Amino acid sequence: MEIFVQQCVNALSLGGTYALLALGLAVVFSVLGMINFAHGEILTITGYTVFFSLMLAVPAVLIIPLALIVAMLAAAAMERVAFRPLRGAGPTSLLITSFAVSGILQVLFQNLISARPRPVPIPDFLTGAFTVGPFHIGVIQSLSILATLAMVGLLTLFLKRTLLGMAIRAAAVDFPTTRLMGIRANRVILAAFAISGLLAGVSGLLWIAQRGSVDPLMGFLPVLKAFIAAILGGIGNLTGAVIGGFFLGAIEIGLQAALPEPVQPFRDAIALTLVVVVLLYRPQGLFGAVHSVRP
Amino acid sequence: MSLLEVDGLAVSYGPIKAVRDVSLVVEAGEIVTVLGANGAGKSTSLQAIIGLLPAQQGRVRFDGHDVTGESPERIVRRGMTLTPEGRRIFAPLTVEENLRIGAATQVRRGNTAELWDQMMELFPILASRRRQLAGTLSGGEQQQLAIARSLMSRPRLLLLDEPSLGLAPIVVELIFDLIGRLRDLGITILLVEQNVHQALDIADRGYVVSGGTVVLEGTAEALKASADVQKAYLGQA
Repeated sequence: MEIFVQQCVNALSLGGTYALLALGLAVVFSVLGMINFAHGEILTITGYTVFFSLMLAVPAVLIIPLALIVAMLAAAAMERVAFRPLRGAGPTSLLITSFAVSGILQVLFQNLISARPRPVPIPDFLTGAFTVGPFHIGVIQSLSILATLAMVGLLTLFLKRTLLGMAIRAAAVDFPTTRLMGIRANRVILAAFAISGLLAGVSGLLWIAQRGSVDPLMGFLPVLKAFIAAILGGIGNLTGAVIGGFFLGAIEIGLQAALPEPVQPFRDAIALTLVVVVLLYRPQGLFGAVHSVRP
Repeated sequence: MSLLEVDGLAVSYGPIKAVRDVSLVVEAGEIVTVLGANGAGKSTSLQAIIGLLPAQQGRVRFDGHDVTGESPERIVRRGMTLTPEGRRIFAPLTVEENLRIGAATQVRRGNTAELWDQMMELFPILASRRRQLAGTLSGGEQQQLAIARSLMSRPRLLLLDEPSLGLAPIVVELIFDLIGRLRDLGITILLVEQNVHQALDIADRGYVVSGGTVVLEGTAEALKASADVQKAYLGQA
């Protein structure tokens, strides 16, 4: 029972990190119809921001806001520099561009910083655990779950209550008609990227808090997982992205707990097979893909 | 100076020329209608005028400014907007949210409350549907929402693309009544319609487009009397 509860906490925590990343991919996809594979590099940039902040002895309270601001600016800069000049180009061009951005950033990190992992010392209180009745619950795991809930809540409020949020929802349905409301296309797209950057920044902080280091290629695997989560939930569907993230986290932790030792190396293969099985029965994803009119 | 001047407009979809040569003028306070068969280039012309499609040739002047090549969001801010064909309401958003987005250009001017009251008076049905998802409205209600949403940007010139398409006759009456009331509110209207009878009844002047070119123009009375129009559109020999 205790182990079961702890594994549930682990699943929610890992799933939450995937959910935040998948949500970022989905927000951009919903307005542009493009999966941004350079999304993982936002995670890496967040990690390096923390690394350099620690090196330069930036006060601890400032590191988190600083890292999140850098993540948002990095995502916005990506849009401005790489994607905006291609506005009106087909989805294939945008997709390939996102791979190019990802590749270029990875090479820059390798050459300008270091190809090797850099340590990010984690404060002791984060690596600890607290006890609730019979259960030992990790601090980082709890923070991950709380951060995911908080971000999903904030994003929902933003999308429902603010004009810019409503414009993003409208653009996800019908971009040209949104422009007929006098809403600037560039502003909506830039906002979508900034939001995706913020979400990637939060998951980046959680990610490095668990692994304690940052390296140039660290963004690839999580963004791949997030992509799978987004497909699983129904591409472009924001609720689906969150559920898909938690679902993938649950499969991975479940397999980790349930599989006997000799089969463990095949865990990812088995997890992906389960995803394929789900998609065979629901090709549109758990919540249905969103089809819309693009710019 | 006319409110809208379109001069020699040409628009292509790839190799296909949808609009070859459309010139038209709309004076402030008028209702002008553009008639023509399916595929004549009416909707394409409207989309090029509002900036959703690039004009290959020709100029569009609105209120004395050359707006050719400007983005739709900029043109809307100048005071001209389009209620697109097929209504294109934001189905997963509520009626209220649709209207609030429509007023995006007015938020800084702080007169959205006043606009809101005006819309509720013009479209009482929307007041009772306020919290409902727009996609759950009937066709006629959706058309009213689409027009109300356009009016929220306080246009001086409203381009209406087939507002009666797919609506029951009684709802078509309602929409045309409404267009008449908009004129009384000082809004100039350029109306694309297949419902030729009603369009000519309400309009001051009209243009007939065929094969992407204006083939006939005149006052509504003259067009009604024209043998060509009668033969082609009014079903009278």
